[in-house]
Amino acid sequence: MRLIAFLIIFLIAAMAVSIAFGETALTAAQYHQAFTVPGSAPGEILWSLRAPRAVAAALVGAALGLAGGVMQGLLRNPLAEPGVLGISAMSALGAAIAIAAGLAVSPGAIEIAALGGALGAGVLVVFLAARLREPPSLILFGVALSSLGGALTALVFNLSPSPIATAEVLSWLMGSVANRSWSDGLVALIPIAPGVALSAWSARGLTMLSLGEDTAALSGLPMARLRIAAVAGAALLTGAAVAMAGVIGFVGLAAPHLTRGAVSDDPARTLTPSAIVGAILLVGADLAARIIPTPEELKLGVVTALFGAPLFALIAWRASRSWRG
Amino acid sequence: MTAALELDGVSVDIAGRRVVDGVSLTVAAGEVVGVVGANGCGKTTAIRGALGLIRLQTGEARLAGRPVSGLGEADRARLAGYLPQERRVGWNLPAWRVAALGAPHLPPAKARAIAMDALAEVDMTDLAERGVFDMSGGERARVLLARLLATGAPLLIADEPAAGLDPDAQLLVADLLRARAARGGAVLVTLHDLTLAARSCDRLVVMTKGGVVATGTPRQTLSREILREAFRLDGGLIETQAGLVVAAHRQ
Repeated sequence: MRLIAFLIIFLIAAMAVSIAFGETALTAAQYHQAFTVPGSAPGEILWSLRAPRAVAAALVGAALGLAGGVMQGLLRNPLAEPGVLGISAMSALGAAIAIAAGLAVSPGAIEIAALGGALGAGVLVVFLAARLREPPSLILFGVALSSLGGALTALVFNLSPSPIATAEVLSWLMGSVANRSWSDGLVALIPIAPGVALSAWSARGLTMLSLGEDTAALSGLPMARLRIAAVAGAALLTGAAVAMAGVIGFVGLAAPHLTRGAVSDDPARTLTPSAIVGAILLVGADLAARIIPTPEELKLGVVTALFGAPLFALIAWRASRSWRG
Repeated sequence: MTAALELDGVSVDIAGRRVVDGVSLTVAAGEVVGVVGANGCGKTTAIRGALGLIRLQTGEARLAGRPVSGLGEADRARLAGYLPQERRVGWNLPAWRVAALGAPHLPPAKARAIAMDALAEVDMTDLAERGVFDMSGGERARVLLARLLATGAPLLIADEPAAGLDPDAQLLVADLLRARAARGGAVLVTLHDLTLAARSCDRLVVMTKGGVVATGTPRQTLSREILREAFRLDGGLIETQAGLVVAAHRQ
């Protein structure tokens, strides 16, 4: 509990910093005005631009961190991440089709298409998870589904008559929470809330799976349902994250690893801190994307990959000592 | 009285090959039944079939008289605890948390108390907080046995619980399982050490090529003929002050 309280305080601080700083530097008087007159120009910057953006980053990061924790627990694999079962790739495909079809002008169309892709893949993966109990077979199907999603997305590029649509899809895929409104955050909660509930319910099954499928099957827990809840929960969370912010790597992989040591490796107890750490990571990455001075604002997926990959290599190096044992 | 476990003409096919062929056996409350046989004779598959973990081609498996195929997950766990041969643990959980997974339905404090008792039984109290990756294979095996004991199920099925253990720990495992039987539990165990099997089991089921070749007391089943047929060994049982010993050499 102390760990979670500490992480929540850290997250609030990160969000406060993210709201306070940005491309436009404000003076002390302007900060004062933003708090006293929310409708003023500085108020608009803080409360209508930066705050919903920070909330969006936190939501997406939390969804990815939680989904990553669930996937690593379910598959008993430290390399698992939210996209491992192909959900991200199929979600991205949904978005790519919507953009190439010229639907980007209709509000919410890309998000709905991305979520649709994730749910379609989710149904397929749930169906497989109910039949394939051993993690390696499930992972192999995930790799196949990921490759298929990637190939079909490439096909969309290939057949797209306009290079502008291709550029738009690529840019969308690199991930961003720019220009998110408060209502975007509320809409994202529709898939995130059941995703969180399913993940939380599956948690005790994840710990039991540490002992292998046979022991879990004889544990008395409703493993068949818990496994499906885990896959469905992770699919909803991943789909919501991709729909809101595009494909963002490393957060879902790194967040469980950053927290596991503090909860003596228990997959169930990793979930909550992993979600909060995911939120912190993404709020930080979004802040970095905004304040690093570049001609074009950096894309969120680019930042998480650039900073995340070396960081993750470091974590993996340290953790490998225990895996080798 | 209904037996804790009954296998009635059970056959199992894996990848089109008959791995278990018409196996029948019973385990009653208060007895330790050992399944012995050479590698690949179908012991583990028969056990997995008995627990409903694998589909049966023929026959029926019953736990406390009820067909296992019709039991829900909770009922099945209430009737039988299972220690698989595979000892891989996915994460570096502390020993007491692994043992506490034997009682997942209990409140955490109660499950922890049961886990600590079970760890004391396997002589692992000192290592209760240690992660299972930071242990030797034998220590981890004892922690997993503690989880089995923590289930408190009336039937305990242990697949190779003594493999890889030092001599003292092997005898400890045998004593613990015997103690469960003495308190009214039913125990089914597979063992490769025939001397350990002869000393610790009330009855033995000898398997070869998926079928049962002999069932009975150790004296009845570990005869010269059966040792030759099931294990391709020349030898027999010797009575010593410390108990029965199986002495044999390869044919």
